[in-house]
Amino acid sequence: MIPEIGGGALVVALALAVLGAVAAATGARTGRPALVESAQHAALAVYALLTGCLALLVYAFLRFDFSVRYVAMNTNLGTPFYYRITAVWGALEGSIVLWAWMLATYTLIVVVRHRRNARELYPWVLSVMLGVLAFFLLVMTVPAPVFQRLTPVPADGRGLNPLLEDSGMITHPVALYLGFTGFTVPFAFAMAALVTGRVNDFWITATRRWTITAWYFLSLGLLIGGWWSYHVLGWGGYWAWDPVENAAFMPWLTGTAFLHSVMIQERRRMLRLWNLALVILTFALTLFGTFLTRSGIIASVHAFTQGSIGVFFLVFLSVVVLIALGLLAWRWDVLGAQGELDSVVSRESAFLLNNVLLVAATFTVFFGTIFPLVSEAVRGVKVSVGMPFFNQVNVPLFLGLIFLMGVGPLIAWRRASLDNLKRNFLWPAVIGAVAAGVVWALGVRSALAVLSLALAAFVAATITVDVVRGTRARRRLGEALPGALGRLLLRHNRRYGGFVVHLGILVIALGVTGSQAWSVQTETTLQRGEHTELAGYRVRFDGLAASEESNHFKVTATFTVDGGHANGTVLLPAKKFYPQEQSPIAYVDYRLGLFEDLYVVLGDFARDGSQATVKLQVNRLVSWIWIGGLVLTLGAALAVAPERRRLV
Amino acid sequence: MTHRWRWLLPMAALPVLGLLAYGFVLDPRSIPSPLVGRPAAAFTLTAFDGSPLALETLRGKVVVVNFWASWCNPACYDEAPVLERAWQTYRERGVVVVGVDMQDTPEAAQAFIRRFQLTFPNAPDAAGKVAVEYGVYGVPETFFVDRAGTIRAKHVGAVTDDVIRGTLDRLL
Repeated sequence: MIPEIGGGALVVALALAVLGAVAAATGARTGRPALVESAQHAALAVYALLTGCLALLVYAFLRFDFSVRYVAMNTNLGTPFYYRITAVWGALEGSIVLWAWMLATYTLIVVVRHRRNARELYPWVLSVMLGVLAFFLLVMTVPAPVFQRLTPVPADGRGLNPLLEDSGMITHPVALYLGFTGFTVPFAFAMAALVTGRVNDFWITATRRWTITAWYFLSLGLLIGGWWSYHVLGWGGYWAWDPVENAAFMPWLTGTAFLHSVMIQERRRMLRLWNLALVILTFALTLFGTFLTRSGIIASVHAFTQGSIGVFFLVFLSVVVLIALGLLAWRWDVLGAQGELDSVVSRESAFLLNNVLLVAATFTVFFGTIFPLVSEAVRGVKVSVGMPFFNQVNVPLFLGLIFLMGVGPLIAWRRASLDNLKRNFLWPAVIGAVAAGVVWALGVRSALAVLSLALAAFVAATITVDVVRGTRARRRLGEALPGALGRLLLRHNRRYGGFVVHLGILVIALGVTGSQAWSVQTETTLQRGEHTELAGYRVRFDGLAASEESNHFKVTATFTVDGGHANGTVLLPAKKFYPQEQSPIAYVDYRLGLFEDLYVVLGDFARDGSQATVKLQVNRLVSWIWIGGLVLTLGAALAVAPERRRLV
Repeated sequence: MTHRWRWLLPMAALPVLGLLAYGFVLDPRSIPSPLVGRPAAAFTLTAFDGSPLALETLRGKVVVVNFWASWCNPACYDEAPVLERAWQTYRERGVVVVGVDMQDTPEAAQAFIRRFQLTFPNAPDAAGKVAVEYGVYGVPETFFVDRAGTIRAKHVGAVTDDVIRGTLDRLL
């Protein structure tokens, strides 16, 4: 019965979402609150139905209900309990269910939060949210039905993609989708602002927390994706500029640009048009990302399946982009800037430059991602764009952004005087220069690494200067030190939340720099009892063992390590053979450390256990990337906390 | 910009959207194999029926080398009847279809052969060497070798009657 109940519920939800979207828009146009109220009820009902569908799907997975085709394709009797839950969003159809459910949840929160405080915009916001939701429900009903009946019911299922049997897969898609869907809210507000012509700053203040929340979850999703790639895929990296990674990175870049440019609009009434364009672009890029993963037009390790679903996404993407940009063109006249740039040396221009760099990075990533298509369309030649292109183009842009991260928050609005510059940047500049010297003296000869570390020191120093100054001011008013610092952070949580996020980014940059500049690796074949050495580690091959796991066959190698922080530990990399897979899956073993990770991948081996090929890596500072993610989390939490700014 | 120029803004999105639409007519997985145009690597295997199966002995014929596995469902299941049909149709004209079974158990492979009543020569690639020589990424993949022993085409995924007919007519 599950396929019929679930499928029926989705059709009802689709109808309600369409009706709700139309009712809200009509209600707004004709000024009839009753219609808007019925749209609210529709939103609530859609949420309830989608929650029910999600629960039903989880239930089907837990009970191994193979009469549901999707369950049979993505699980088998050997799939462990937790992975039966993650299998819910482990493939195309289920991932759309999760997506739509999150969108419905956000819609409900919008209803609760903004029903009263955004009167003119609210009906249109609701209409846009329900419209987007209707599209996803359409996808779930027509090209990617999750509740399809499978007859005859097989005795066992096909099983989950083994690469997804990892804890990262519980959180990575959830965080990523919370980020992706989260940007629907600022987009809906922007559309409402354009439709009603109320393009003043209200839509921006109303969506500030929404944007930060979406941005944070997207960041988290990207980081967890990197962690998954690092400890599951077994190539020792966390980012490969794969088309689908890029697809998630691009809205992050434009979202970051948007977070900063709204501050200029709030303070100086500039960039109205630009902000609307950025939020449209960000939302369009989230759709582009889903389109790319699910259409199969570009080869990628993340690609789901091919099918008509790509056409649905492309049509929707086109409709969204054309309507949104059309509205922008229609309202062009009222979007003119009120403020003007007074001086090149000012906070406005630092933020503008930040936006230019972020958009330039977005453009290069976009270009690199779709270049294979361009090449085939224009020259008929298949090409792939690799990491060197992306690194070469983006690294200078990112270094520029880090520099601006130090300058932007402290430089004066309108026009920075020489005094302001000296007061804020003299010490940080000195510290940055000293850091460069120290790093050089320590033997680092990579110019990029020196520059990156010096810039990080510079930015960290600007933040320290500001925090020390703020704390000292409160101390002068007679507060004790810890209290003064704490109250400074909490009272100006928006500013200092931003600073903490910046610190997190710095820490991540440190990890990226270190891992790129100083990681070493070797690959060798060892007889049993033989050892190999790398960067102070002695790794001995002790033999192989085979075991039968619940849903796969596993060959485990034993390596004993001497030296470094992993002294005396035994590492057990393995190869897992899943009956449904074309090739064995590598299972990496590693010892993480604050400064370096020892990372062991098992390659080919002799069946009798006499020899094995092993890839050893010593990856430097990678842990700081994950630590940076924690710092970023603290910063984002501080930034979205309710403002407690009062008279001291 | 109070005049019509502003409408260029939405228009600017059209070429990008058009490009994405163009992507649908392409297959990103049909990567040209560097082996096309090169001599086909020789191999000698023992067929399931115990007879020797060597590519060298088939020189002078057009050979269709198909890599498959019994666990490759549905693609290999879809193409098995197609291959058998091609073998029946073209064997008179100097075409041999050769099946190479990868990463499989003998029982499952033989059950597969019985199920589809395959009559063309079929051998297990027990050591996995042949698949490596041909750079097989996943099953099924099919190579077309001409009379001189040169690989002339490669097909990734299940072959269809049209693919086989088109390629063989070109090589005969």
